[in-house]
Formats: sequence, C-alpha cells, structure tokens
Amino acid sequence: MLEIKNLNAGIEDKDILKGIDLKVKAGEVHAIMGPNGSGKSTLSSVVAGKEEYEVTGGDILFENESILELDAEERAHKGIFLSFQYPVEIPGVSVTNFIKTAINETRKAKGLKDMPASDMLKMIREKSELLEIDRKFLSRSLNEGFSGGEKKRNEIFQMAMLEPKLAILDETDSGLDIDALRIVSNGVNKLRSKDNAVIVITHYQRLLEYIVPDFVHVLVDGKIVKSGGKELALELEEKGYDWVKAELTA
Amino acid sequence: MAYTEDDLEKELATKEYKYGFYTDIESETFPNGLNEDVVRAISLKKGEPEWMTDWRIEAFRYWQTMEEPEWANVHYAKPDFQNISYYSAPSKKPKYDNLDEVDPELLDTFKRLGISLDEQKKLAGVAVDVVMDSVSVTTTFKKTLAEKGIIFCSISEAIKEHPELVKKYIGSVVPQKDNFYAALNSAVFSDGSFCYIPKGVRCPMELSTYFRINQAGTGQFERTLVVADAGSYVSYLEGCTAPSRDENQLHAAVVELIALDDAEIKYSTVQNWYPGNDQGKGGVYNFVTKRGLCEKNAKISWTQVETGSAVTWKYPSCILKGDNSIGEFYSIAVTNNFQQADTGTKMIHLGKNTKSTIISKGISAGQSQNSYRGLVQINSRADNARNFSQCDSLLMGNKCGAHTFPYIEAKNKTARVEHEATTSKIGEDQIFYCNQRGIDTEKAIALIVNGFSKEVLNKLPMEFAVEAQKLLEISLEGSVG
Ligand SMILES: Nc1ncnc2c1ncn2[C@@H]1O[C@H](COP(=O)(O)OP(=O)(O)OP(=O)(O)O)[C@@H](O)[C@H]1O
Ligand SMILES: [Mg+2]
Repeated sequence: MLEIKNLNAGIEDKDILKGIDLKVKAGEVHAIMGPNGSGKSTLSSVVAGKEEYEVTGGDILFENESILELDAEERAHKGIFLSFQYPVEIPGVSVTNFIKTAINETRKAKGLKDMPASDMLKMIREKSELLEIDRKFLSRSLNEGFSGGEKKRNEIFQMAMLEPKLAILDETDSGLDIDALRIVSNGVNKLRSKDNAVIVITHYQRLLEYIVPDFVHVLVDGKIVKSGGKELALELEEKGYDWVKAELTA
Repeated sequence: MAYTEDDLEKELATKEYKYGFYTDIESETFPNGLNEDVVRAISLKKGEPEWMTDWRIEAFRYWQTMEEPEWANVHYAKPDFQNISYYSAPSKKPKYDNLDEVDPELLDTFKRLGISLDEQKKLAGVAVDVVMDSVSVTTTFKKTLAEKGIIFCSISEAIKEHPELVKKYIGSVVPQKDNFYAALNSAVFSDGSFCYIPKGVRCPMELSTYFRINQAGTGQFERTLVVADAGSYVSYLEGCTAPSRDENQLHAAVVELIALDDAEIKYSTVQNWYPGNDQGKGGVYNFVTKRGLCEKNAKISWTQVETGSAVTWKYPSCILKGDNSIGEFYSIAVTNNFQQADTGTKMIHLGKNTKSTIISKGISAGQSQNSYRGLVQINSRADNARNFSQCDSLLMGNKCGAHTFPYIEAKNKTARVEHEATTSKIGEDQIFYCNQRGIDTEKAIALIVNGFSKEVLNKLPMEFAVEAQKLLEISLEGSVG
C-alpha cells in the first residue's frame, strides 16, 4: 500500500529525514518509535504532503504510484489520513461542519454527490458512539478549548468518519487518560481490516498492548535503524534508545 | 500546489469581480453638473410638492458651504462633483404586478447575479422592491403588506402618497446638514425606499430591496426611510451589486430608521459593489450615512456584510434616546486588493438603562486597509448604560492592514463599557490541517473565514445568511485548484 524508498527530506538547509525505507502492506499495523526530534512527525507530514518540507531524494509510492507531486488534499482523497500530534484550532467551525465539509469535498473529488444529510447524521451517531463522544461536543468549535485528550479523540473520530486506507497516528496516545486510551484503541481496532493499514507513532509500549503492531521500527536521527516484531517495543522500553544507538556504533 | 503564504497572496490578488456585467436599459440621463437648477429639475422630474423642493434647495445651500471630510483612514482621488450626472431613470417605468411584465434584460441581469426574481419569489415571505438606476421598477407582495396597513414603496411615491409621514420624519435622524455626503444626498437624492409599519403590527415577511448602480458616471443617491410605529416590528434587507467597470462611481446614500416606543427594527445589508480591479483601478466610492433613533424600549439592530467598493466610509449608528432602548451593530467587512474600508458605528446613549452591543469582524487580504472606527458615547442622563464592543481582525498575507479606533466618551459614572479586540492571521498550519482532511486551500479559507464571521452571519435572516456566506467565499476566492 505504502512504499517509502530512500526518502530524504528537510527544511531549508536542514536535513531531517536521511534515507528512510519503509514498506506497509494492506492489513498491517506498523509502529514507529524513536527519541524526540528524530523525525517521526516530519515523516508523517511529508507523507501527508506538507509543502513546508522539501523532498530532496527518494520516492513515496501509494498503491504503487508516486504521490510526491500530489497536493495534500489529493493525497487525502486517495485515502491517506494523519492524526496530528498537535491538532489545530479553527474558531467558529463546528466539528460537525468541518467533518461534513471534509467528507463532501472528498466525495466531490471522486465525482460523487454530497452525502445525504440523513446518512451523514447516521454515520455521525454511529462513530461518536463507537468513540464514546458526547454529541454536544460535536457542535463546539473545532479543537477550540478542547483538552489534550479531547483533541486526540476528535482526531480519531474524524478518522472513523473518513474511513481512510492508510491512517498515520502521530502520538495519538499522548494526553489520553487510561480509559480514553482503551476507548480510542478499541475504535482504531474496530476500523482495522485487511484492506487498510495503520502506522502508529508512539513513545509508549502501552498503546501497543491495545493496538498490536506487526512491525516495530526505530527511527533515530532521520533513519530507521532497527526493525522487528512487537517484542522490540518491549525491549526498547526496558533498555532505552541508548541501547539501539550503542548497537549502531558497535 | 499546496498552500504557502505567497500563493495565498497571489490567489487573492487574481480574484476577479464575479458579477461584472453591464445592463443597457434605455435611460434618460441628465447632463453632468450640479447647481440649484439641477436640484430643482430633479424635484420637478419626480413631480414633488414644493416643500420637498425647498427642503432639497436648503440642503444644497448647506452643502455648498461644506468641505469633504478627511479624517477617515482612506485615501482616494476626490470626486469631481461637477462631472457627475445627478439623474438617470429607465425610460420604461411601469410598476409590475407580475414577473412576466418585467423587462427581460433586467430579469437576465438578476439571473446572472444568481439572485433571479424567480428564485427570490420562491424564498418564502420575501417582498422585493428593486431600485434600478434610481427608480423603482418592480414591487411585489404589496397587497399582503397593504392588508396589514404596512406601506412599502419608493420614497418618491411616498412623498406623493404619504406626504404627512415623509414630512414628519425625513431628516429627523440625519438632518440635511449632518455631514457633507448627507447634505449632498438630501439635495439630489433620486429615489430609495420608504417603509412604515403601523402601531403594534409585526411585519409578516422580510422586506428586501436590491440596489444597483447601472449608468456609467452616474452617482447614486439613495434615500431610505423606515418608520416603525409603537410596538411594531420589521426586518429589512438591503443588498447590492454593481456592474464591473473602470470608472469611479460615487455612492452617497442616507438611511434613516425611526423605532418608536417598544418597536424593533432589524436592518441587514449585504454590500458587494465593484471594488476596483487588482491594480486598484476603478471601483465604487461608498460614503453612506445610516442612523437610527430608538424611543422608549425600542431596539435597532444593524447587521452588515461589506465585501465591495473601492472606498467605504460607513458608520451605521444608533441614538438610544428612550429609556431601556437597545442598539446593536454586527458587521463583517472584507477588503482585498487595494480596497479601503473605514467603517464602524456610533452608539449614543441618552436614555437610562440603555444597552448597546458592537461586534465587528474585519477581514483584510491583498494590500487592503480595513479600519474599525467606533464611538460609544454615554451622556450624563444615561444612568446604568451598558456597552459591549468586540472587534476582531483577520489578516491574510503581510501587505494588508487592520486598524481599530475605539472612542469612548462616558459622562455618567454608572456606565459600564467593555471593549475587546483581537487580531489573528490565517495560519499555514490551519490550511494544512484542512488540506489533510481533503479540503482544498480555497475552500479551507472560506471555511476559516466563515468560522471567524459566524457570530455576525448568525444575525442575518436565514436566506440572506446563505447568500452572504457565498459572497464571502467569492470575495476571497482565488485561482488555486
Ligand atoms: N518546520 C520546521 N522548522 C525547523 N525545524 C524543524 C521543522 N520541523 C521539524 N524540524 C526539526 O526536525 C527535527 C525532527 O522533528 P520532528 O517533529 O519530526 O520530531 P519527532 O520525532 O516527531 O519528535 P517528538 O517525539 O518530540 O514528537 C527536530 O530537530 C525539529 O526541530
Ligand atoms: Mg512528533
């Protein structure tokens, strides 16, 4: 589904991603871990098409086609979703209005008519129940005054509504309390199928107990330095990143 | 390409005036120039009684002694008042009961505007009085209104049919010598609307007028007078759009509202006159005097969405004369390219327990300048007067400006005046967030702008709000795709 080949990217004169290779197949869950500032969010932004970053080498294929030339919204229309580490506020635009616009713009791009209001309402009801979101919450301005955990839950609500093929969850677990973590993870698991894939970026092994990864990758200084199965996450938690770094220089 | 600030700027600069066209309805136009004879001729042409002619002449004499004001934060080439024609009327001017009788060219004009009369008629309960080049050409729903004793007609007609009402109220809120443009308007106003709601009557529909400027070089001097008698209610909509052209057009309207005891007037405006091209050439000069008077327990709300004109100078105001009266001002002003807007309100608190609310949203793009100028004046007799003002500015790009000039004069110790102001910018992160959800940059800007303006949009009547929202999108629309 997603194939990243020797990706190099950065900002102005600064190289951030220094040759990333990653292959994600439909039905798989990949976890990316790594120290602060190693480039995890940059990687997700580059995949999602943030223009601020310049791709200086390599390629990103989605469903076997390069997406490097596509705008962010075109990538979204193809089914790439990013749950932001820091979701932004849009004052005066309700969650409902925002998600309605997102869905209908995506449908428009595919030559479909707007989703009928009754279908939309039904879907909103279903997904908000799945994620145990109070519907009053949906009429509030997007992310304005939301607590850290509410923002993250709202990201997953949007994911549930948009039903992407590839979801990248950038530290969705940080800020969630124990119950919320379980609810959100359950939500993500319910949306998993053999046709879609998930990349979870996290610092904590705990999330991976709920969303069990097929592969774990360690990103250090813009490179994937180690990959393994779910047990790698446990090992990391136990030994810290110095262990990986030491192994590298050894 | 996805969004960068430069792209945004480019995209805003290349926006063209969507509603550009010109309708050639045979017209009868006065030669350019202004003197007492011209003022008399206008009055004669309209078959006015002598008192009206005298009133105009009086205004004209004041005007000659006055100077164009220069305190506003706008810069423009002063109009040459001798180079303007002061009267222009469509030569066919029958009143239509039926759309089929209306000049097809006019209907076509409205269709291109996306506000065809057909469409409007469908919008339940909207009566439309179209002012086209100074003379009303069509009035609908008159019968329903007549049954309630409501008068809704052109001001020329009112001068003839209801002279006692016009004579009593015209100039009572905006006197002839109030200011330079008001004096000019009083001398030469060609037409406009008149509305009277009798005691205790709730007007059953939104009253709506579409104003248009349609003759090259013709100044437009509309005069509107709305009188809500004791305990009555009316919601009045005014919407405008003009043909695109290269020449500066002067517009100096006067609107007077009178809300007698316990009456309420809601006055909503959507203004979309030609703003000039992306080089700052052409465009309408819009110098408007709008003021309302509230008697006891009365309420006046001004709601405006201003997207057009090259230069706007406009301060819809309320005189809160009666005890417990309420004044409200909700405004969205969008400026783009080289547009300049100096707009705001005056709330004059005279009575006890009077309340006023000001919500102003300024959106600036391109190289435009957007100023809010507001005066809250609490007089010594106005015990317990309250005012709340909130002025928010949204900037797009780095070349535009937003300015806030709040003036507060409180002469009563019990007064409570609150003022809040914010300035924000549309961020790249906001745009990227929207893009990531499949919303392109143009739509994202529309969404963010609509969100920013929501408190004001919510104050508009439903069908008008939809139109206003569309207008905001068009005003800020670019070529990104
Ligand atoms: N827009 C930017 N401008 C300047 N530097 C940037 C920018 N974006 C990222 N960087 C730098 O690139 C590096 C990688 O940042 P990134 O946010 O991708 O790290 P991360 O792995 O997500 O870290 P964390 O675990 O703290 O979220 C950091 O050193 C960061 O400061
Ligand atoms: Mg990060």
